[in-house]
Amino acid sequence: MLKTFKIGGVHPPENKLSKDQKIEVLAIPQSVFIPVAMHIGAPASPVVKKGDVVKVGQVIAQSSSFVSTNIHSSVSGTVKKVDFSADSSGYPKQGIFIDVDGDEWLETIDRSADLNKEISLTGEEIVKRIHEAGIVGLGGATFPTHVKLVPPKGMKAEVLLINGVECEPYLTSDHRLMLEKADEIMVGIQLLMKAMNVDKAVIGIENNKPDAIQLLNEKCKSVQGVSVVSLKVQYPQGGEKQLINAVTGREVPSGALPIAVGAVVSNVGTAFAVYEAVQKNKPLFERVVTVTGKGVSKPSNFLVRIGTATSELVEAAGGLPEDTGKVISGGPMMGKAVPSLDVPVTKGTSGILLMREEESKREEVLNCIRCSRCTSVCPMGLEPYLLMTLGEKQIFDRAEKERVMDCIECGSCSYTCPSSRPLLDYIRYGKGKVGAIIRSRKK
Amino acid sequence: MSITVIYTIVTLVVIGAASAIILYFVAQKFKVFEDPRIDEVEGTLPGANCGGCGFAGCRAFAEACVKASELGDLNCPVGGNETMANVAQTLGMEAIKKDPRVAYIRCNGTCDNRPKTSTFDGATTCAIASSIYSGETDCQFGCLGYGDCYDACDFDAIDLRANLGVPMIIDEKCVACGACVDACPKNLIELRKKMPKDRKVVVSCRNEDKGGVARKACSVACIGCGKCVKECPFDAITLENNLAYIDSDKCKLCRKCVAVCPTNSIQEFNFPPRKIKPEVEVETAK
Repeated sequence: MLKTFKIGGVHPPENKLSKDQKIEVLAIPQSVFIPVAMHIGAPASPVVKKGDVVKVGQVIAQSSSFVSTNIHSSVSGTVKKVDFSADSSGYPKQGIFIDVDGDEWLETIDRSADLNKEISLTGEEIVKRIHEAGIVGLGGATFPTHVKLVPPKGMKAEVLLINGVECEPYLTSDHRLMLEKADEIMVGIQLLMKAMNVDKAVIGIENNKPDAIQLLNEKCKSVQGVSVVSLKVQYPQGGEKQLINAVTGREVPSGALPIAVGAVVSNVGTAFAVYEAVQKNKPLFERVVTVTGKGVSKPSNFLVRIGTATSELVEAAGGLPEDTGKVISGGPMMGKAVPSLDVPVTKGTSGILLMREEESKREEVLNCIRCSRCTSVCPMGLEPYLLMTLGEKQIFDRAEKERVMDCIECGSCSYTCPSSRPLLDYIRYGKGKVGAIIRSRKK
Repeated sequence: MSITVIYTIVTLVVIGAASAIILYFVAQKFKVFEDPRIDEVEGTLPGANCGGCGFAGCRAFAEACVKASELGDLNCPVGGNETMANVAQTLGMEAIKKDPRVAYIRCNGTCDNRPKTSTFDGATTCAIASSIYSGETDCQFGCLGYGDCYDACDFDAIDLRANLGVPMIIDEKCVACGACVDACPKNLIELRKKMPKDRKVVVSCRNEDKGGVARKACSVACIGCGKCVKECPFDAITLENNLAYIDSDKCKLCRKCVAVCPTNSIQEFNFPPRKIKPEVEVETAK
């Protein structure tokens, strides 16, 4: 029997429309807007000003604390301004506007396609390189990778889990990356293992990607300590805690980090970025983004420079279909509808999903019929119907006791609710409020 | 048979009398002294239990009044000066007069003035909508129109005006309890000084964007041009972050600022219609 996580989960239609489309390099846009806060933690502080000439890969915003990371220019050209512009939330965020002129890379970056398998650096040097290269978790959470690699005092990582699950419907960027950059990913994994000083790594892949499983299995034969586990298709298996449970059987305690059970999880995209940063000296300034949707004439996977406007990607995939209801940054389950197509691609953008009008509409909200489906699908073992009511009635102390902070916002509850209740909306609201209360208590 | 009845009655009377005596002494022993003035003060309060005074309800407020050495900041916004005078009389203290206040929603971004650029179909509360994104229009500061203030109001003093997209406070009903002020996630509602005949002159905007951006999002946005600041003879208007603000404690309702505002974001309410000659206009305002 195939492995999967123990509690909850749903299986939405997979709709991996772009899984056979090779990764295409998207043309460099005329201008980019690179936000300085593309990661969890403190925003980076800009180190360039209006009129500065920058090259591809140059640091344009410096990491300001340990849980933060550098931002690099994804293009070469002139800094137009350092200003605020709306991000996917519609609220203005600080960022750097660059007018593109040519494509001149920093000389230190190795642009050749040759595979460099030789690991010459020590663990500490690797972590330093990763920090400098601005690498964050590319699965979507955008947590700075160098922070994960240094466990808190008294804790020891035993196993590195590589997340090749890609459980979100529609998205195929990780799948394509595994097929096309398998060798690089393997080197990236070895680099991460060396940085963390562990001798075991497991790549978790759902069995709807048999080609990737087969390919990586072959590659693993020549690398010691790395293996592939094929997993049953189940959303949200790509969640850190779910993947740990599926692969190792261990359960991360409420409120704890994965390191508490000796595991560290990294995405395959992150492993590839680590390879490029360490072996090729190339900082993180581009990523693979899936552009897909049932109405899209050409669902594709693009290698995109960070800061490119969403509209450029949509255009490259055949333009915006007329009956588009929502444009979603990310997948259909956890992604977020964007209020405008000017929103830039950030380090965390794994896909752009164009939903047709009839698919994107929310159904009429009916009363809760106490069917408890939300409870049975919640992968964290919470009671979503209760948390929703607590959020609605603003009873935050009780919500905290009911472990609202454990919610991973996967949306399985809202997906499964037969009354189409906006469960996650209220839970997320309650989570925000409870989080603020906890923070104020600590002060 | 009859003896049984008599015994029963006698036994019950004895038990009852004994219990009464015990209870009497117990009650004396454990008596909790409560200042009788608390009841008196509570009697003079409106009994709305709205929490506008900052206490959990009218009784909690009455207790606080009795304990306090002077009334000072203690104020019942619902009852106003009259109620506070009664409270002061009951307690033999001096009442401090406060100007009555009234809530005002500082946004005029109705559907006509502020075109929608996206549609939100999530949970329809302002608190959730504002935590997810900036709103359906390009103005990130404006009213969302889902009516959290309407739900918070205990006095039926808010007209939701769902067709216009921005609610309106009904001045006659508003008691300035401040429940809506706390409920609005965009901080649009403020308590302003209540003027005679409910007249007011207000900047109906909270947009802090630069002029061009603000104007593009909403035709009646304050663009921060500062004309009103120069025009005001009473120094009642300040300009901060591209946004003008009229201090209701300083404003004398002369309406000069209304005339110079290029985007009509300064609004006047409950004034008689203007006469054509500007000199006469100033006369009537005073």
